[in-house]
Amino acid sequence: MLEKAFVGGRKYWIWMGCLLVVMGAGFLSWLYQFSEGLGVTGMSRDISWGVYIANFTFLVGVAAAAVMVVIPYYIHHYKAFGRITILAEFLGVAAVTMCLLFIIVDLGNPFRALNVLLHPTPKSILFWDMVVLNGYLFLNIFIGWNVLMAERKGSPTPGWIKPFIYLSIPWAISIHTVTAFLYAGLPGRHFWLTAIMAARFLSSAFAAGPAMLILFCLILRKTTKFDAGNQQIRTLSGIVAYAMILNVFFFLLECFTAFYSGIPGHQHTIVYLFAGLHGHTGLVPWMWTSAFFWVVSLVLLIVPVTRRSDDVLAVACVAVFIGCYIDKGVGLVIGGFIPNPLEHITEYVATVPEILITLGVWATGFFILSALYKVALTVKEEVEAEA
Amino acid sequence: MGVNRRKFLKIAGISTLGAAAVPAADALAMNPIEWLDKQLGGFTPSEILLHMGHKPTGLKPREALTAKRWAMVVNVRQLDEEIAEACRETCHKIHNVPDIKNPKHEIKWIWAEHYEHALPGQHHEHIDDVLKEAPFLVMCNHCYDPACVRVCPTKATFKREHDGIVLMDMHRCIGCRFCMAACPFGARNFNWKDPRLFLKEEDQNPEFPTRMKGVVEKCNFCAERLAKGQIPACVEVAQELCKKKGREPALVFGDLEDPDSEVRQVLRRHHSLRRKPELGTNPNVYYIV
Amino acid sequence: MYDGGKIIAGIIIGLIFLTFPIWFTHGKAVKRPEVKLPEKEKQCVQSREYMKTNHMQLLDLWRDSVVRVAQRSYVAPNGTKYDMSLQNTCMSTECHAKKTEFCDRCHDYTGVVPYCWDCHIPPKEEPKEKPEEMH
Repeated sequence: MLEKAFVGGRKYWIWMGCLLVVMGAGFLSWLYQFSEGLGVTGMSRDISWGVYIANFTFLVGVAAAAVMVVIPYYIHHYKAFGRITILAEFLGVAAVTMCLLFIIVDLGNPFRALNVLLHPTPKSILFWDMVVLNGYLFLNIFIGWNVLMAERKGSPTPGWIKPFIYLSIPWAISIHTVTAFLYAGLPGRHFWLTAIMAARFLSSAFAAGPAMLILFCLILRKTTKFDAGNQQIRTLSGIVAYAMILNVFFFLLECFTAFYSGIPGHQHTIVYLFAGLHGHTGLVPWMWTSAFFWVVSLVLLIVPVTRRSDDVLAVACVAVFIGCYIDKGVGLVIGGFIPNPLEHITEYVATVPEILITLGVWATGFFILSALYKVALTVKEEVEAEA
Repeated sequence: MGVNRRKFLKIAGISTLGAAAVPAADALAMNPIEWLDKQLGGFTPSEILLHMGHKPTGLKPREALTAKRWAMVVNVRQLDEEIAEACRETCHKIHNVPDIKNPKHEIKWIWAEHYEHALPGQHHEHIDDVLKEAPFLVMCNHCYDPACVRVCPTKATFKREHDGIVLMDMHRCIGCRFCMAACPFGARNFNWKDPRLFLKEEDQNPEFPTRMKGVVEKCNFCAERLAKGQIPACVEVAQELCKKKGREPALVFGDLEDPDSEVRQVLRRHHSLRRKPELGTNPNVYYIV
Repeated sequence: MYDGGKIIAGIIIGLIFLTFPIWFTHGKAVKRPEVKLPEKEKQCVQSREYMKTNHMQLLDLWRDSVVRVAQRSYVAPNGTKYDMSLQNTCMSTECHAKKTEFCDRCHDYTGVVPYCWDCHIPPKEEPKEKPEEMH
């Protein structure tokens, strides 16, 4: 089946070629970072995680969001989603691959990465994150591929794959829960030390992930013969709307606890993010941008008229994506380090090599996603042509 | 011949049983995890496997200073800029800590902070002027329940069970920096660049390694000096200077589990604080203010 | 067989590529390295044969013993005690003081790049006027 990724029109190859160029630039930057050390990034003694881990965290959410299509289809037998489950699962594959790459480029000694297996340490959440992410990658490739094979042959989905599908549901929840635990279990980082961290992660994931999926469906409708279907897109937009409402609600809960309790440690980061702390205001414009997009997306998603128009829905989905990306990537990860444990403030700005590496990883993800979607859509076209 | 063989088998049987009985009795006396630990000699099962079945080799040096739980007391009122700087300089010199001017990349094992940064939350505006300016020497707290050890995915940072020192295994660190996010005291440093670029060859201590880029490092409570029967370098320097200035020792080091140790005596005489005790990491560095 | 010619050509090119190191260096034997043994110290912690084949395992066990369980005194088969330290015992000025004439010779020959000296400081060596061999 994979050979179908190698057959395509000119536009397909130009697109893949562009991605390869960005991947190459990212790889060269990584070689530079590898020889010079992580000092070429904007990270520091105080802000020891930067855009790599921020993107990692965001993309784990995107990967987990496949479950928002899998649950309605396989558990509630919502037949309409049968057309797009493969898109969601392959999005999961690409997103998890990006997550793993972001971890690798963030390591000080990437060639020692296998030490995590040589010295397995169940007390470390990072160990479990490795387990669940790799497991999820395997599950999605395995399920997606086999379901597509069956579709190609015109046979029903084989029964033995069902247990794997049911397993993939809690597994998807687990990848983002475990990723939230990376943060929520650390003493002394007030902004992260919150019991609703996993819930916040899941709600923003279930908003941003399906929003990406809607955008892909709309793009595919324009660029290919594949139409995901109006009903499918309507249902997805409902899911995005609910998840986004929850996401904003959870954030407001955090604000209430921090400000009504009056405990300084709980307020510092939120104040830093939205107003600046002791004259340091590096992230303030970012956070208000995020807040602006949150509000815009909420309005567009809640009002039925706007939600039902494809063009406006596209704008809403872009707003969800940007709003969540800034909030979770920039605000949550970097904000958590400010102020530092000694209550000094160091700010963070990503450097050019760092951004190139980040773009390279994203390009790799899109490369994988494009190849997988190419396979899936070609198979679907062939099946429909025969029918 | 037949009798001989029977006798031999009997003796062999009894001695085998006897040999088996000793570890069996051992095993009954402790819980299974302790028993396994003893069998492995302090290595983890995966370490034993990686060493092709070998247990740790060698003995503890006879001259080594030992304790059940090493701890330090910092008497801030006896400290001054000069002593604090001497501590920092000596420590960094003998441990080949590079001199990096860029604060984003700097590496420090021990350094001075003001009250409000060393003990945030316990500071207020009416404290006396001496304390306002006093150098609070901070370093790794060698916590009894260290968060950094809990989060490390490779056991590259670990607590030495026999004396409580929290150490780094530079050979194993993958540089994920999870420990830096977990440490509530900002005690950990990452080698953002090759540290040797910031450490002139003539300044290197040839008896101690440097680090390589991409690993995390921090204060090791002078584990290499304790093995030779010496107290930590900062404590030694501070005590010498205090003696010269006719003060009580500003830094005291000893076994927290030994009621007669100097640290216990000092802690009995003075009221003391620890950094962020509410987080439950149980620091082993105490502050007298 | 579809594309039989292409497949066979591909296999041949692949084989040539894989065997490149064998036929390219054929007949050009590189001289076996000669390591310079310490001048003063004649006795190692283990026999010469053992060290030749097993020094890496020994050092690996040493480092975990020292770093992780604080066992730093090594008792050699003849009863002598040694401080288990690459930097302070093996490569002290009394023993293998010249990394370039001992460690590097074999490592270069076998193409091994241990990262010991990324951190451990080898003893200072006087730079030679004429390097004997180029590495």
